[in-house]
This record gives sequence, structure tokens and C-alpha cells, in this order.
Amino acid sequence: MREPISRHAFELVALSIAAAIAAHAPHLPIWLCIGAPAALIARVVLRRRGAGPAPLVIRLPAACLLLVVVVLHYGTLFGREPGSALGCGLLALKLLETEHARDARVAVGFAGFVLMSALLFTQSLVFTIGVSLTLIVLFAALVALQPAPAAPGHRLRAELRVGAILLACGLPLAAAGFVLVPRLSTPLWGGNDRASEGHTGLTDSMEPGALTDLLIDDSPAFRVRFDASPPPPQQRYFRAIVLSDFDGAAWTRGRRGDFLRSEEAERDGAPVDYAITLEPTDRRWLPTLDLPFVAPGGAHFSAARELIAEDVVSQPREYRVRSSSRYTFAARISEQERARALALPDGFDPKTRALAAQWRAANAEDFGVVRAALALFHASFTYTLHPPLLGRDSIDDFLFSTRQGFCEHYASAFVVLMRSAGIPARVVTGYQGGWWNDSGGYLLVRNSDAHAWAEVWIAGRGWVRVDPTAAVSPARIELGAAAANDASSWAQSEWVRAFRNHFDRVNGWWTQTVIRFDALRQRGLLAPFGVDTANQGDLLIALSIVLAIVLLLATVWAMRESKPPRDDALDAAWAALGRHLERAGIASKPSEGPLDLLARARAALPTSAATLNGLVGDYVALRYGVDEPVPERVRFFTNAVRQFRVPRRVKKRKAAETVQR
Amino acid sequence: MAATIAELRIRALALAERRLPALTRLRKPEALPIRLDRRRIYVLPTGFGIAFSLLLFVMLLGALNYANNPALLLTCLFGAAGGASLFAGFRAMNGLSLVRVASDECHAGTPLALHLRFAPSTHARPSLRLRAGDEETAFALPAGVEGGTTAMLPTTVRGWMRAGRVRVSTDYPLGLFRIWSWLNPDAEFLVFPAIENPAPPLPGGDTRGEIASRDGAGEDHAGLRDYRITDAPRLIAWKASARHDALLVRDAERRSDDALVLDYAAQHGLDHEARIRRLTAWVLAADAAQRDYIVRIPGGTFGPGAGAVQRHACLRALALLPHA
Repeated sequence: MREPISRHAFELVALSIAAAIAAHAPHLPIWLCIGAPAALIARVVLRRRGAGPAPLVIRLPAACLLLVVVVLHYGTLFGREPGSALGCGLLALKLLETEHARDARVAVGFAGFVLMSALLFTQSLVFTIGVSLTLIVLFAALVALQPAPAAPGHRLRAELRVGAILLACGLPLAAAGFVLVPRLSTPLWGGNDRASEGHTGLTDSMEPGALTDLLIDDSPAFRVRFDASPPPPQQRYFRAIVLSDFDGAAWTRGRRGDFLRSEEAERDGAPVDYAITLEPTDRRWLPTLDLPFVAPGGAHFSAARELIAEDVVSQPREYRVRSSSRYTFAARISEQERARALALPDGFDPKTRALAAQWRAANAEDFGVVRAALALFHASFTYTLHPPLLGRDSIDDFLFSTRQGFCEHYASAFVVLMRSAGIPARVVTGYQGGWWNDSGGYLLVRNSDAHAWAEVWIAGRGWVRVDPTAAVSPARIELGAAAANDASSWAQSEWVRAFRNHFDRVNGWWTQTVIRFDALRQRGLLAPFGVDTANQGDLLIALSIVLAIVLLLATVWAMRESKPPRDDALDAAWAALGRHLERAGIASKPSEGPLDLLARARAALPTSAATLNGLVGDYVALRYGVDEPVPERVRFFTNAVRQFRVPRRVKKRKAAETVQR
Repeated sequence: MAATIAELRIRALALAERRLPALTRLRKPEALPIRLDRRRIYVLPTGFGIAFSLLLFVMLLGALNYANNPALLLTCLFGAAGGASLFAGFRAMNGLSLVRVASDECHAGTPLALHLRFAPSTHARPSLRLRAGDEETAFALPAGVEGGTTAMLPTTVRGWMRAGRVRVSTDYPLGLFRIWSWLNPDAEFLVFPAIENPAPPLPGGDTRGEIASRDGAGEDHAGLRDYRITDAPRLIAWKASARHDALLVRDAERRSDDALVLDYAAQHGLDHEARIRRLTAWVLAADAAQRDYIVRIPGGTFGPGAGAVQRHACLRALALLPHA
């Protein structure tokens, strides 16, 4: 116990630690990504050369340094990211002092904790499976700490095997625990300190280039299941945020809209009912198909009919909405609203205003101006995700010199043109398109499907959706973002995309069944057992029952060899003969050998003396005459014993005769 | 302080063994084979096991607090696999069957090598530990063959010695649970007396009865007897055997005036134990020199004779002399 652990065990422990830190790599600061592995490698190499654990003179300053650097980097020690950085650093430092089994076990246990905390950042199926499989390495490291392995030749293989078996044996119980451990309805501490961290997603401001990060992010944004058939691709506009305020550079949502009267809408076409499962965004906007009419619980419509949740979406969230693609939205608007939808910052983009004034003069109808703008885009603009940079008068630059851009450039320029021409207009961001998963029966919308378009207010028609990007790149609207964006890199190649799309069905299942499993669903869990709404006590009872059953099965398994090995056939036959004799009143005594028993039996049963002589003689010859009795002879003996009949005792026979007389 | 704790511990143990018949039973020596089954296998979490459960609890709280289901799943997996390790460890102990106990020759003051042999089992049993006295040795039993281990027991006095209770334990595979049982085989071992060191030269240190002359004397037909399985092949009288229908060996027995006399009574000025130590040293020296010798001690005379049988008889007699 007090001896240093073997090199093999030590390096498995180091590997476990490295794996735990690697799980955090995507969000660790770069200095830790380099420093921690360097410390691990240095320790492993030095130990191979015979060096002992790092002295306190090194460890203590290193730990202090880690603390200071984490505080400097994050500004605090508390919270998810600083906590995980500190944990990874401390874990690496732990290996520096690890020399004995005790330290190694602590290190492996801590590695398990760090591994689990990695799941606070990414909950995807692949990552969860990867992290779970890493547990095998941790278990193998613990097994390697054991003395006297069974097979010294193939240690690593045997240890990994034990780890895998343990994990597999743990699966049923883990599943039961997962399903039945009562979930908390409110967090015990901290709440959600995750807002505005990590996730990419739409924000309430938009400036040229802001969406680029989002448009290259292939992760799912949400999945939509339609009650009936899905709408055609060109109608798959999911509204999220309405941006009305422009300062010359950026569009913002502003808060003024929150105090306005809600805009009224009337449904003109058939309703579309659907459910959306939204991946966490850490924001409150819930995308809805243009245009939503019935808000789900826990959310409300803003004045511009954005659907806003009461809490930030930090967990996957499912909501049902009723929309319609044909509608009349705000047939009348107030002066206030009108003024807001016409406002432009002074002193920006003079050429754009001049052009708009020119169109206004040429077209009496508002639709004419709209058509003119779309015609302009269609004639001489190109769609690209890598547009040139724009100057101070960004709209002028875009319209008259660069003429390259993507949805947000077109939406922005279009709305500025409309406002300059006196038509109320605003920018809407959201998602457009998506990929229809035929086998799964749902629409997958990725972050890269993020889109920006415009709404113009036409007297008598209300707000009308206009997508200027469609004029430039119809493929973007009809075939989706992936088709419109440059498809040159290998990651964008056809088969990779196809695979990813199909694999998304599994991801969708994962999100639906595992990530979104919550207190609400738990309540209905015991319905098959007659408990309609299971409270936490019921769940704990169910958990205890399952636990007891699993423990019972495991105990049966563990004890299945506790029966002493079966006697061999010869002993069994001899025991059978003993039972025959016992029924005849000749019980064998512990002190008695076969020959002594034979002597007594012959005396008591003179009629069977010859048979008994033969049987006992055979047994003695088989048992004591040879090392290993011949199986055929043992069988013969067994048969002979089976055929042996103890004659009824003399006294009884006499008694029977007496009765007959 | 430490003494108080030790005393309390002993009293607690005594109380436990009085109250719990199973424990008392384990104090009594048992006949071989001793088979470990669920009634005598004990399980408790190790310190690491307790720390592990606390860690699991913290992980569980964290996962529940952040409503993070994958983290909860991982925590459940971690814990369930840890729980499963209990059964793997139990299986490594369950059905373990001690079939033979033997010891090497041992003189008081040197450790007694206690060999334990276990019956073959259907599965391998790795990472078992045997604790005898304060010494712990680790061993593994491969599947299908008889295996064993050796424990070193300290010895202090000559005479019969019990193996005493030895503990077989394991915390295989993860070190979370200690699974143990007691073995108290009903076996006694003879501890030979300590050897005087340095010992004076053998008495009557003249060169009578040299090996060469003894070999010559061995040709005498009168000194033949039947072959016994312990006889060395070189002692077989081949020519004489050919004339009979059985193997004959030259009898090593000599006339007593040829043999060394190692006499307890002649060791003046030494106390009881010192005499025994000296005779022991001389027996070994005479045996190493392949000489005939007689040992005279209170209660008996052994020899004349030489060889393993004589040596063992003499050492045994010396070991079993009553303690003064």
C-alpha cells in the first residue's frame, strides 16, 4: 500500500487525467490547454527516469499561480467556466504529487468529477457517449492500482475489459436511476448563470457581418414537427426578432416597442399547427413560423408579434404554436409606430436617399418602389458570405460600390431604401429553410439557416414580408443555406452533409428523450403502475424497488458458484447406496469405512450379502484402487446401485404373514 | 492516548465476538478444507469508497441543480459501476477454498513460511491479500489450477505453533469495498529450537568415522535392510538386491562407539534453553558433515543415526522438550 505504484498504473492514471482535461479543451483558455498537458507529460517522463513526486516548493507556488491566473483571466473564481478551468488545473497538479495508490485513487475520483462537469458545457449525444466511455479508462486505472493482477502478460487489455464490464453492468441501474431520481423543480443554488455565455444565436442587434458566426455554425437550432404536412420551402420563414431602430451602422431592437400597443393580426388562410423543440439559446426569443397566432404557455407576444419566453431558454424547450402563412397583420398602425418605422439617422447614406427619392417620384404605388429595389438587387448584386468591408456610409458603400453581401446586407439596405422612400419598413431576423427529415418526420433548422429579411407596411395590407435576398439568390430560399453558401470545403461536401442530416434524427431523439426529461415528464412515469401523478416520494419508492431488484439479481449472480462443486458420479452412487441401506436400518457412521459398513450390512441383510459384497468391492476398487476411476465402470456401478433392492426386513415379513393368517 | 484507543478497540472486539456468534466461530480452528461462502464473507466500504460516495453525492447535486440530464446519466453510470464492483469483488472471494496448509522447516526467531494452497476454481481470482500478523502479501489465483501463497509468521519460541487466524481480503476491482474473511485452519507447526550462533565445534572433534571408511564398512552384508521410499538411491545395494526379490539398502546404522554423542547432561554451565540451542546447532552441524550422531536428552536417546530422519527426530525431540 505504501509502495509507489507501478509505472503502468501511474501512466493509466495520467491518461485518465488527460482524458478528463481533454473533455474541457474546447472552452479552456489557451494557456491551460498547453500548460496542463505539458505538466502531465513532464511528470510522466521524469517518473520514467526515476524522479519522485514534485516537491512542495514547486507544487505550492504552481497551485497559487493557477489560482491567480484563473482570477485574472475570468475576474472571478465562481461560475461554470472559472470553476472548470480551476478544476482542470488542480487535476493536472494532482498528478505531480501522485506517487502512492491513495493519491492515485483520489486523482482518478477527481477526474471523474471533472469529466462530469464537462457535460455542463455540451450535452450532445456523441459527447455524452464519449465521456461515458472515458469512464472505462478511469476504471482501468483503478484496477491497475490493484496488486497481483490475474494475467500479468496482458494487463492493459484485462483492465480495460474489467472497466468495460463494470460499465456495462452498471447500465441498467444507471438507467433506472436516471429515470427515477426525482428532479428538482427549482435549482438549489445559483439558478442559471449561463446567460449570454457560449451559445451562438440571434441577438437583438444586427450590424453587417454580425451573423457570419451564426451562418457557419452547423449545429441544430431547433426542430419542428408539423401536425399536418409541412409548408413549402419558400414559406418556411421563422420569425424571431424584429429590429426597428437603425443608427447608421447597426440595427437594434430597442425597448421602445415594448410599450407600444400590440399590433393586431387576422388569419386569412388555413392554420398550421406545429411543435418546436428549441436548443438552448440562453435568450428569450422563441422562433415561430410566420405569422404566429396562438402563443404557448410561459410565453407572450410582443407588440411586433415576437414570441418571448418568460425565462431564458437554458434547457431545450418545446412549445406548440398555431401559425398561418396568409394573414393581415396590423391593417392600421398608429402615428407613433409609423414614425418609428420611418426613422433614419441624419447624415448617413445620402446616395441611397437620393435613389429612393428618385424611385418614389417614378412610382405612385408603394409596391412599385418595392419592385424597383428588388429589380436592382436582382440585376447587379451577388450573394456571398465573405463580403468586402463597408465604410461609414455602409448602405451607400454596399449599394453603389461593393454590391456583394448576404441576407443581412440586403435586408438592411432594403429597409433603408424603403424608409427613404417613405414606406414604413423594418428588419426581421430569424431562420429560413431547414432540412426536412423524411424518416424522422420533422424539419431540422440549423443555426446556419439564420436569415434576415424585411417587412414593409403597405396601406390596406398591413405588414408584408419581403425577402430581398430571394431576388439575389433564389437558391438560398428554395434550396437552403447550405446550397447558397460556398460549398467548396470538404466539410460541406454532399455526403458529409447527407450523413449529418440523417444522423440528426438520433440527435433529435436524444434531445427529446434524454436532455428534455424533466420533473414534468417524471410525473407521468408511474402511470402504468396506477400512480397517475408521481410525486417525489413515489419516485423514491420506485427507485428503491428497482434498486432492490437489481441488487437481488446481482447477488444471485455473484453467488451462483457458492454451491460446493458437485460430487463426482462415484460418490453420488455410493451415497445412493448409503441411503438404501439407511432405509433398511443400517445408517453409516462417520467413523466407518466402506468395509466396516459392509460387515454390518451383511450381518443385517444375509439375503443380499452376495450383492452387497460385489457392490462394496466394486466401490473400494474404483475409489481406492486407482487414481482416476474409468468412467464406464463408474456408470456400471451406478446402474448396479440403482438396481439394488433392499429386501424387506425379516421382522416385518413375519408380521405380514401373521396378519394374513 | 494510543494505548487507550488500542485497549478500547480490543474491548470492542471482545464484545463483538461475544455477541456475534459468527465472529466467535471464526476464532475457533476449523478442519480443512475451509470454504468461504456468504455467511463468512464480510464487506465494508473502504475510506476511498466513502469518499467516492460523497463525490457521487456532490455530482448528483450538481447535475440536478443545473437540470443537466447527461451529467446525471454519467453520475448514475459512475455510481452504478462502482456498485457493480462490489459484486465483482465478492465473486473473487466467494467459493475460495483452502485445501492445504504446510510450512517450511523453521527455527525459533526466524519467520515461519506458511504455505496456503487453494482449490482450483472456475474463474480467476486476482488481487487477493493475505494478512498474517502484521505482514500483508498479495496474490492471485489463476482459473482452473490449484494456486496458493505464502505468509511469513514471526516465531519466538520453540514447540508447537498454531497458524492462527489469517485474514484473506480484497478490494478488487476498484478499491471501493473491502471484502474479507478469516481463515483459522486447524493446523499446528513445529518450530524447532533456535540455533546457537556462534556454536562451539562438535564435541570429540577427532576424525573417527570418516566418510570414506564408512563407505567401506557398508559393503558388509549384515547391514542390509529393506528399501524404504525415503532412502537415497545411492544407498541401494544393487548386487545384494539382485539376489533377492526386493530392493535392499545398506543400513546406515553404526555401532554406537562410531557416533558422536551430543549429550544434554554434558553441557555444564548452560541453562536449559541454551543447552537446547547448542544441541540444535550441533545436530545441524553433524548432519551437514554427514556424520552419525546420538542425541541424549532428558526423556530419551535418539540414534545413533544420520540423514533426514535422524535429524528430524532429534530436532523434534529438542523442540518438544518441556519449557523450564
